[in-house]
Amino acid sequence: MRRRHNHPDVVPNHFHRQHTHTQTPSCPVSPLISSRFYTTTMPAPDKEIDLTERIEAFLSDLKRGGSGTGPLRGSAEMARETTALLRRIAAQARWSNAGDLMEIIRTEGRRMTAAQPSETTVGNMIRRVLKIIREEYARSRGSSEETDQQESLHKLLTSGGLSEENFRQHFAALKANVIEAINELLTELEGTTDNIKMQALEHIHSNEVIMTIGRSRTVEAFLKDAARKRKFHVIVAECAPFCQGHKMATSLSEAGIETTVITDAAIFAVMSRVNKVFNATGDLGNIQVEACELTCVGDLSGRLRSGFQVIIGTQTVLANGGLRAVNGTHTLALAAKHHSTPLIVCAPMFKLSPQFPNEEDTFHKFVSPHEVLPFTEGEILSKVNVHCPVFDYVPPELITLFISNIGGHAPSYIYRLMSELYHPEDHEL
Amino acid sequence: MAESGVTDGLCNTDDIERSKTEGKELTKEEKQRLRKEKKQQKKNKEKNDEKTSHEGEKKKNKKKKEEQPAGSASQPPAQPSPKAVPAPAPPPPAAAAVPVPASEAPAPADKPAKSKADLKAERASKGKKGDVGQPAPTGKLKAPPSELQPVVKRLPEHVQVDNPEVVKKLAKKLERQQIPLRSDYGYKVSLFSHLHQYSRKAPLTQQLGIPSTVIHPAIVRLGLQYSQGIVAGSNARSVALLHAFQQVIRDYTTPPNEELSRDLVNKLKPYISFLNQCRPLSASMGNAIKYIKKEISNIPSQCKEEEAKIKLLNCIERYINEKIVLAAKAIAKYSIEKISDGDVILVYGCSSLVNHILCEAFEKKRKFRVIVVDSRPRLEGREALRRLVQKGISCTYVLISAVSYILPEVSKVFLGAHALLANGYVMSRVGTSQIALVAKAFNVPVLVCCETYKFCERVQTDSFVSNELDDPDDLIVTRKGKTQLEHWQKVPSLGLLNLVYDVTPPDFVDLVITDLGMIPCTSVPVVLRVKNVDQ
Repeated sequence: MRRRHNHPDVVPNHFHRQHTHTQTPSCPVSPLISSRFYTTTMPAPDKEIDLTERIEAFLSDLKRGGSGTGPLRGSAEMARETTALLRRIAAQARWSNAGDLMEIIRTEGRRMTAAQPSETTVGNMIRRVLKIIREEYARSRGSSEETDQQESLHKLLTSGGLSEENFRQHFAALKANVIEAINELLTELEGTTDNIKMQALEHIHSNEVIMTIGRSRTVEAFLKDAARKRKFHVIVAECAPFCQGHKMATSLSEAGIETTVITDAAIFAVMSRVNKVFNATGDLGNIQVEACELTCVGDLSGRLRSGFQVIIGTQTVLANGGLRAVNGTHTLALAAKHHSTPLIVCAPMFKLSPQFPNEEDTFHKFVSPHEVLPFTEGEILSKVNVHCPVFDYVPPELITLFISNIGGHAPSYIYRLMSELYHPEDHEL
Repeated sequence: MAESGVTDGLCNTDDIERSKTEGKELTKEEKQRLRKEKKQQKKNKEKNDEKTSHEGEKKKNKKKKEEQPAGSASQPPAQPSPKAVPAPAPPPPAAAAVPVPASEAPAPADKPAKSKADLKAERASKGKKGDVGQPAPTGKLKAPPSELQPVVKRLPEHVQVDNPEVVKKLAKKLERQQIPLRSDYGYKVSLFSHLHQYSRKAPLTQQLGIPSTVIHPAIVRLGLQYSQGIVAGSNARSVALLHAFQQVIRDYTTPPNEELSRDLVNKLKPYISFLNQCRPLSASMGNAIKYIKKEISNIPSQCKEEEAKIKLLNCIERYINEKIVLAAKAIAKYSIEKISDGDVILVYGCSSLVNHILCEAFEKKRKFRVIVVDSRPRLEGREALRRLVQKGISCTYVLISAVSYILPEVSKVFLGAHALLANGYVMSRVGTSQIALVAKAFNVPVLVCCETYKFCERVQTDSFVSNELDDPDDLIVTRKGKTQLEHWQKVPSLGLLNLVYDVTPPDFVDLVITDLGMIPCTSVPVVLRVKNVDQ
């Protein structure tokens, strides 16, 4: 029997649904009501239902800001799960030609990005898969890959409707090829942290003072790898109010790295001693706070001594080479610029997003102001406005280097990488 | 001790009698004698006369110095014997040396010693701050250079923690003044090993006996309030200090054969050491203390005690009134010209002066709203928020990491200062320089409000050489039941840094509003010079 509870706060988390629901994947479901009740605990007999269940489960996960079981989920896992889900869709959904598949994926993709707009890795993976499908289609059709590229203006003018592909041709081997390509993508995703880690020794020399902010697993792995051979100091700026920097500092110091925790307010004061600033598009550590999703990319902390560096992570790398990173990063970047300290961003490629930072309302994400001014300050709480933004925009002029799994790049090169990863028609899902 | 049998000359008996009448406490004369002895010892060492006996004497003297309150009777050698032993009872031993050299040696030794004593008195009367608390050993060692170069200042002790000699000297001085020494706490980050780092959980007063005979109870209370952070903020601390000193002066009685102008200054020295141990003195407090000392020293000797006390109390009252209260009014008057309707003003932390300005402007019916920026771990901005909201000003509250989000809305930034340094740098709460930096990047004008009594003659270019390290345990926070840094002391390579102050370069500051008017940051040394000429 289908039991439907319409009280969102009363329903328990584990609600076993025994009946199928009549919605097909292509029809947009009001996610608020439906996705709250479904879990992946019940294996359904029908493959399609199984698929839709999984999609719904994923959407609810996204909305809640993390996997149902684990409280934290980084961008890497998000990317992996998205890709795995897309592979499942490609394998199990009913489609006869590339166009259908792309349509299905686009629809699902729109729902996924709507569920959690700030989690751009989901959208990025969808665009990657779409690009893969296009490429496989082109290869099956026999045309070389270059003709399918969109770069040259000359081509656009002379060929006219070259991009007017409707992808309606059916190829038998397309399914297998697509799945294989997605598998390759998954392998690439698995190896991103390792690839970035391996470049650590090229950028860190001995006796450096490195500043970083908040918590990023990429930067953590990066620094731990460098610490095997070199001795250096790390200054971690805790990222108030979430204080992710504390966890980063504890984990770094357990690996034997000399670490210091500073407050956000002291970033400029100690920056004069910093060599490099490493920022990572940190796993903004999806923190669940009641109904709000919190992502906190720790503070860039890292005292850089003269010759210091600032190494940071970020949540998203934008199309113009700018960053969307945890709040406090812009201050850190400005301080690094003032002291001419290089700012290095460790960002795997799946964080590169074709967005531009012009829409103010979609760029910023806010979480509960309880973090900033707790409810215990009740008598003034009603009379003040409290803001708790999660992200900061860092313009590309302040960034020195991006380190990604495919190597190091200057911020001015990011647009080129984007054209390799995504097709321009997919920029808008 | 071997030479103790020899009787002294006439000069010794005077000394004996005097030391007998003076009682157990160290008087100034005894201290002077100590100094003379030591200087004499040094000269003897150089002269290379009777080396072994000198060394023997010196050792005894050193021991004597350390056992000072016990009053042991170490015997000075022949030459310094005329400057008798401060210990009351035992006869000063005339050392075995021949009276002839004995009479010769004291003569030249006496003269420089006496002139040094005069110098000391002069210095005390000029009220130089550098003399706080180290009369005997360092006074002797430092006297020659200060005769030649009066502007050479001694480096303050609190920035030389990594120098073991300085630490030892401080310990000796505190022991002499009978003030407990506060011990450092926790692992200090290597860049700041030259500064003290105390824990709030171990206040200095735990080591004091009750009742404390050496330190006035008002001062003990004040020191505790400082170390626990109950009284915080440079104006508040200065005013509390001045009120405590008023109490001390009211309760003071001049001991017989002493002059109020000299004795009161000496009484204040251990109090200042104590307060310094509780929490390093701020620049404003330093200036206030200098002023008080100068006023005390300028009391004419024929003035009766009651009159003198009333005069001092009035001086202090006037100082508070002029330099703090009226200055705030003047600064508010200037600042209100800078606030226009529709302004969005950003303030950082809790500065009493800036709060005063905003409240005044609001009463003058200016329409503006305020954004209060706050930072961990002190979270002083909440106090400012409360005060402003009570007045009815509409406020927004963010943490310092969100400042680059909120700055596009801001039209002006008002900052308070802890001190203004002579090279134009603004020393203020940590985070101020960061706000000034981001404001500069967004082209928002930064105005610093500071009274002139906070101007100090120090120069500093970064936040490391002279700063204050607060309790590192303040950084620990419990979120969702998990405290990440709870056991930070156990991890050897982890350090927590809790800075209190930072310096803002003058290029970030557009205007400084003082009670003398609106000046650029670089005019601070001009103001200092004008002030010195006035005084």
